[in-house]
Parts: sequence; structure tokens; C-alpha cells
Amino acid sequence: MKPAPFRYHAPRTEAEALSLLAALAPEEGRVIAGGQSLVPAMALRIARPSHLVDINNVAGFDRLAVEDGWLRVGPLVRHAALGEGAVPGPLGRLLEAVRGHIAHLPIRTRGTVCGSLANADPASEWCLLATTLGARFHARSLRGERVIEADAFFGGFMTTALAPDEILVELRLPVLSDAARTGFHEFSRRAGDFAQAAALAVLELREGVIAAPRLGLGAVEDRPRRLREAEALLAGRAPSEALFHEAAATARTGLVPMDEDPYRLDLAETVIRRALSAAAGMPAP
Amino acid sequence: MSDAMHDFTLTVNGQAYAIRVEARRTLADALREDCGLTGTHLGCEHGVCGACTVLMDGQPVRACLLFAVQAEGRAIRTVEGLAEGGALNPLQRAFAENHALQCGYCTPGFLMLGTAILETDPSISDEALVEALSSNLCRCTGYANIARAIRAAADAMSTEGAT
Repeated sequence: MKPAPFRYHAPRTEAEALSLLAALAPEEGRVIAGGQSLVPAMALRIARPSHLVDINNVAGFDRLAVEDGWLRVGPLVRHAALGEGAVPGPLGRLLEAVRGHIAHLPIRTRGTVCGSLANADPASEWCLLATTLGARFHARSLRGERVIEADAFFGGFMTTALAPDEILVELRLPVLSDAARTGFHEFSRRAGDFAQAAALAVLELREGVIAAPRLGLGAVEDRPRRLREAEALLAGRAPSEALFHEAAATARTGLVPMDEDPYRLDLAETVIRRALSAAAGMPAP
Repeated sequence: MSDAMHDFTLTVNGQAYAIRVEARRTLADALREDCGLTGTHLGCEHGVCGACTVLMDGQPVRACLLFAVQAEGRAIRTVEGLAEGGALNPLQRAFAENHALQCGYCTPGFLMLGTAILETDPSISDEALVEALSSNLCRCTGYANIARAIRAAADAMSTEGAT
């Protein structure tokens, strides 16, 4: 359980980090932020990077601010920092609730939000949240900066649109309106364990009917996904257990799960119904 | 910084340790092998069991998921730093009094996790305490006595603080 040898680099500025990564990426050089997924993979020798570019000392990478309707999350913002202290209102409360499902306290103090996104584990809560909310991913390299939309960021199992020489320098989450209602539900076998299925619902209730619904599912397919057919079905309808049942059943037919176990699809339906019920302020089905 | 060996100083429990290690040396191994501080135990070595939990700048972290070189310039605290003048501190005493350990292998990690909890949230709710303790594995006690010991230490410390 010891990592293979590697060369270690600790840049102090973003420019230095990008230069190092540009030079070392072709030689299997990788970025390390919190390392809470990468270091276990190295200990198991699933990952054997020849170089690590440690961004923990890069000035400014821990920035976390609300600007122009976006919560801007820098690459060194730890899981523990993304809660109600970061942004007030429904988004802050949602982040606080979701954060509690991410591993354990000593992992949350070190692991980073952007690191989780770049790692793209299908069971990652932040990946589900970013997908469902329509986050923007800012990637930078010596070649310049580009913005990747949520629908284009995740490319499959632990695969993203990031190029080897790019650093995810910022996640932008849209600040939710005060009228937004959210529901998150995750099933995992043990506290802090990986999700078997997780769903996030964001909606408004206007004159008794659902408006602007967003529904996302994680840990079932090889990447998190918005369930747009179910969203279309929900819009304009009054919330009810029967409606949420119908939405979950609709979502199920389009799923391509990572394993063939029907249990996984049953779980998917259950977490979708529970997330929707929580968002609508109804008791858990 | 990219030489194969790294020479730097680790600050552990307020004391400086000049060490020379490969980049791949974890903080947990450096504490044990290079600083001679064998109180920090290694269980799974991939972040699951929590036996190697130490404090870095006051925050609980897995010492097996950090490279020693990353801890340069940081304040590390380990189980060796808990006793005060050769006497067990209130948390250590509470572990003994509440039978919060049996074989003792996981105990250093639980003591450091408990230290972090007592320092950041001494009036932590029962629910949050159980959630926080789910971070570390113990195969002997069933956890209830560990939770009880941390609560007892919090009570003892608030009483001491009040007098």
C-alpha cells in the first residue's frame, strides 16, 4: 500500500502551475489538490503518475465568492467550506445538506470540490449537483481559458472534457432564487460510503403547480445526468405522490445503469421520488 | 523541489524534525519512520479506517492520504502531544474510564478525531457526534463507549473551565 515513486512540484502561482502542467502532462504528470481520491488510487497503484503538480500552495486558489448571481468556487475550496457560510438562501442550505453526505469529516477538511468534479466519480454528490443546477466549468491552460457547460463536462466513468494540461480553475454554481425549493436524497450502505443512487430535485411552486423543475440522478449511470423527460412531465402539474411516481417511472425507462441489477433501477426510482417529495415539502414516500 | 529526495522540517507537537524523504513518503510513514513517533497507527493505508488521523493546522486529516512533503510549514499534532506533563489529558482519561478502547489499535486516531471535535464543537449534538465518529473504524468497542467518552471529556472540560 505504498505509492510508486514520482516527482513532486509545488508551484506558488497559477502561471507556474500551468507551465509545470503543460510540460509534465505529456509525461503522465497530474494535478493533486486534496488528494482524497488520487492518493488512495496511488496507494493501490491504480494510479501511477510520474509527476505531481501540487496546487495546495497556489495563491488565490482558495477563493470562494458570490458575484453576478454565481457562486464562484476556486480549485482549493474544501468540501467543508461549501455550505451556508458560502452563500445564503436555498443554495447555501442545499450545499450544507449535500456536503454531509460526502465521505467523513477528516476527508471533507482536505478534499476539494473542484477535485471531485475533475475526478468525475459517477457517485460524486458535487458532480450530481453541478449537473442538475447547470454549473459552468472554467478550465485554464497555457493555451488560454474556456468555459465548459455542465452537459458537456462529464464524458463517462471518471472522464471529463478537461485536457491533460488544463486545470479546473473555477466552478460556477447559479445562485438559486429565494423561491427555489430543493430536495436531495441519497442511498448508501454505510454512513459516508459511496452513493448507490442519489437524486436532486430543484423546483418552484407557483399557484400550486410545479415551475422550473430540475431533476438529476447520480451513481446509477456512468455519469450524473439531468432527467429532462421527467422534468417536462413535472412542469405545470400539482405535486402529488402519484405524479412523482409517474416521473420516476418515466426516468427509469431511459436509464442505462452501470450494472444490470434491477435493484439499482428500483433504487433510482426511490431516490427520485424522495428527492421530489422533499422539494415539494411532502413526507418521504 | 523536483529532486528525488526532499529535505525539510516537519513540525510535530511543537517540535521540529528535520527529515529527508522521497516525495511518495506519506505523512503517516514519516511520523513513524522518520520522526520515531509510533503513536500514529496505520490500518488500511488508503483512507478508509481513520487509524492514522492526526491534526494539521487544527483540522483532522488522514495522515496516509497526505505526503509528508505537503506538511512542510504546517503544525501537525499527534497522539504523543495529548498528555500534559506526563499525565493523561481529560479526553485520554475519559477513554480509560469509559472503556472506550480494548485492543487500542484505533485509539490514537479516535483520540485525535475526538480532540478536533472537542476543540471545534464541544457542545456537538449526539447525532452529529455519531456522524463524526463514523469516520473511524473500531472492531472492539461498538463505538457507544467512544461516543460516551468524548461526551464525558466535554463535560469534564466545561466543568474545569467553569471553576
